[in-house]
Amino acid sequence: MKKLCVALLGLVMAGTAAAAEVVVYSARNEQLIKPVFDAYTQETGVTVKFITDKEGPLMARLKSEGQNTPADLLLTVDAGNLWQAAHAGLLQPVQSEALNKNVPAHLRDPDNQWFGLSVRARTIFYNPTLIKPEQLSSYEDLADPKWKGKLCLRTSKKVYNQSLVAMLIAQHGEAVTERVVKGWVANLAAPPFPDDTKMLEAIAAGQCQVGIANTYYFGRLLKRQPELEGKVALFWANQDGSGVHVNVAGAGLTKYAKHKDEAVKLLEWLSSEKAQNLFADENMEFPVNPAVKPAPAVAAWGAFKPSVINVAKAGELQGDAVKLMDRAGYK
Amino acid sequence: MLSRRRLLPLRVAVWAVASLAALPLVVVLSSLLHPETAVWAHLGEHVLPELIGTTAALVLGVCAGVLLLGVSLAWLTAVYEFPGRRFFNWALMLPLAMPAYVLAFVQVGLLDFTGPLQTVLRGWFGADLRLPEIRSLGGAVLVLSLSFYPYVYLLARDAFASQGQRALEVAQSLGLTPAQGFWRVALPLARPWIAAGVLLAMMETLADFGAVYIFGVDTFTTAIYKAWFSLFSLPAATQLASLLVLAALTLMSLEQWQRGWRRYTPTGRSQVVRRRRLTGWAAAGACGFAALVLAVAFVVPVAQLLIWAIEVAPQDLDARYPAFIGRSLLLAVLAALLVVGLALVVGYGERRIRDRSTMLAARIASVGYAIPGTVLAVGVFVPVAWLDNGLIDVFGLQTSAVFKGTVAVMLLALAARFLAVGLQPISSGLNRVSVNQEQAARSLGAAGATLVWRLHLPLLRRSLMTAALLVFVDVMKEMPITLMTRPFGWDTLAVRVFEMTSEGEWERAALPAVALVLVGLLPVIMLTRTAEGARAAASGYAGATVTEVVR
Repeated sequence: MKKLCVALLGLVMAGTAAAAEVVVYSARNEQLIKPVFDAYTQETGVTVKFITDKEGPLMARLKSEGQNTPADLLLTVDAGNLWQAAHAGLLQPVQSEALNKNVPAHLRDPDNQWFGLSVRARTIFYNPTLIKPEQLSSYEDLADPKWKGKLCLRTSKKVYNQSLVAMLIAQHGEAVTERVVKGWVANLAAPPFPDDTKMLEAIAAGQCQVGIANTYYFGRLLKRQPELEGKVALFWANQDGSGVHVNVAGAGLTKYAKHKDEAVKLLEWLSSEKAQNLFADENMEFPVNPAVKPAPAVAAWGAFKPSVINVAKAGELQGDAVKLMDRAGYK
Repeated sequence: MLSRRRLLPLRVAVWAVASLAALPLVVVLSSLLHPETAVWAHLGEHVLPELIGTTAALVLGVCAGVLLLGVSLAWLTAVYEFPGRRFFNWALMLPLAMPAYVLAFVQVGLLDFTGPLQTVLRGWFGADLRLPEIRSLGGAVLVLSLSFYPYVYLLARDAFASQGQRALEVAQSLGLTPAQGFWRVALPLARPWIAAGVLLAMMETLADFGAVYIFGVDTFTTAIYKAWFSLFSLPAATQLASLLVLAALTLMSLEQWQRGWRRYTPTGRSQVVRRRRLTGWAAAGACGFAALVLAVAFVVPVAQLLIWAIEVAPQDLDARYPAFIGRSLLLAVLAALLVVGLALVVGYGERRIRDRSTMLAARIASVGYAIPGTVLAVGVFVPVAWLDNGLIDVFGLQTSAVFKGTVAVMLLALAARFLAVGLQPISSGLNRVSVNQEQAARSLGAAGATLVWRLHLPLLRRSLMTAALLVFVDVMKEMPITLMTRPFGWDTLAVRVFEMTSEGEWERAALPAVALVLVGLLPVIMLTRTAEGARAAASGYAGATVTEVVR
């Protein structure tokens, strides 16, 4: 009981203390953000309080708290979630020269409600003992019957695939995209996998020859199982066309932020050259700031041409993408 | 019979508990006022038809699986003596301590194409060898059954241990074989306990998202998540969830109906349990079966988790772990006490008042267990935030939270979720208190609270312990409510598991998962000790209790 009272009191006091602090609701997990926030506190003396959860609950939380939310920033992975938060009126625009300079236009909200902070590339992976990279070209090509029984995919329930398909819709329209997705489904060697890592392992084991995954899963897998080197390799997709599908982890200022100035400063700092490697490297992602080089292990995958369609499209078309995948029987 | 007036306080108490549990449900159901026709049309055409069948198959499959495993193991350990029985007796409860989705991940990892088993087999029999796909409905039924059978095991064993021996004696005196005795006497007698366990397993299966996601099996809960996280329609998600509420209420009504108005009353004095000694093949078979289940459901997956945990420990095991463990324990213990207390009120009310409205209250109080945790978490958060906002506005407070983010709210939310887990063992346990015992106690002047305190509580000791254990372990594993209602920085072991799994780092999740299993072991062992002790002293248990009331 005493503990309860202390906890209660502590929270009430914390709410009233308007000292230099920023409160973050984060769907990016603790081990990835804590080192970054710790560095910020060390540099500026500003405390960063945060709580982690999945995007859906965090947004439900912001919505039901309304004006009384303690949160200043919403930090999520995937632009689809950020677009949705902006769409639901949970965020507010930020006018900041630093952010406009540090974050390329296609990786932030056209209305400046949210900003990408790290880039995640979703590309093609293959088993080099079974096929040659020359046989590969694009996501769309994986729908070709020549890949029948050779393709592995992660479940369509994961937002990364929903964003990928949303971007295909943005380029080709629904009819063509649906044909592509149906082609993928027809080519599957195994039921869709629950995560990218398992799928990459299946490629390495020869259960299938080719698949689509985020690059950091690949980086992590090889770090943990170096013996898979040479059994699964990266191929930059769509280099002759629209470029590799990219997405962001990013953040936006909440509509009712109590520490607006501090929060914007933190956002600017996160996009700055000082912090970008700290933010991206821990998870082997790419910095969003073009002036910052990726970690050596990430740079070793080679340069690539990314898709430059604004990632906000992924949010806008996510619902359509999900429905399309349901129609195409992609589980 | 007592007058209606005297039962009024109890009636009020039961409804108070039910309203607490119903509050999040009301939030969920209120979504029915906001029709989402576009989302429904899509789900209705492309998603629901298939997954209603899948959900039914999964729930029925798990029902069959937990019955088979739970009842057979409970019968073996309760009435037979075989090598290792004393160990299996408590060890078979251990899978409870492991979250179902963790077990699912480990089993899929071991049995999938890329796993060690198939890799070795391909080495022997050639690269074309294919075993049946583990990521399938069948795989999900298998693993969820292995995960949830302890609910049935625990409750059925409780019933068999107190009646099984007598049932066999009765059967013998009627000239039946032990097998006939099991089917015709012991099993029917244990039905309410078994049904209670099966009901919990089925409700948990309905609410599960993590495990079915890993198996790629689309259930009703999948559609809820799809509507919410992918089509961004929380109303549609909660509307789907309200259908789950309906399914849970139906299941509970079925259970109630099968129980009927029958009274399960122990006759005369309980006996000291004298187990039949199995010999030869029978003994080896019993031991082997128990060992196999334990190995597949617990030992092998925990070994795998341990290997991973040791790998990542140098990097991840930090000074915060004692605090994570402390908070998990604190939360689980407090929640277990709270739930057992509330369940006792409802269970006792149900028994004493025995009318339709009270039965309904008890069911409403239980329904939170069948709703996906994340949906229920929102259902809890919305009213609390609403209350906070009101208080802040009315009193012009300079704060963003009053009740929000306190451990007290966390506990109430967990109680709303796990009341069913406490109520099932308690209400089936109350069934066993005979009317004769009550009448005897009453004739000696014990009534009301005295009656509960001196007659029911001692008789219910094992049911209460069972309820507390189940809630304790469930709260330790619980994730969505803990995530959504925890105070800033108040991370538990389950939160650690979430942090690691949210980006697919399962190997790193092994460390908090192992810690979770180890901490979850404590009450299992504690319960076994007391249960064994209680059974040793069980001779003349009921009789002694009544005498005690007299003194």
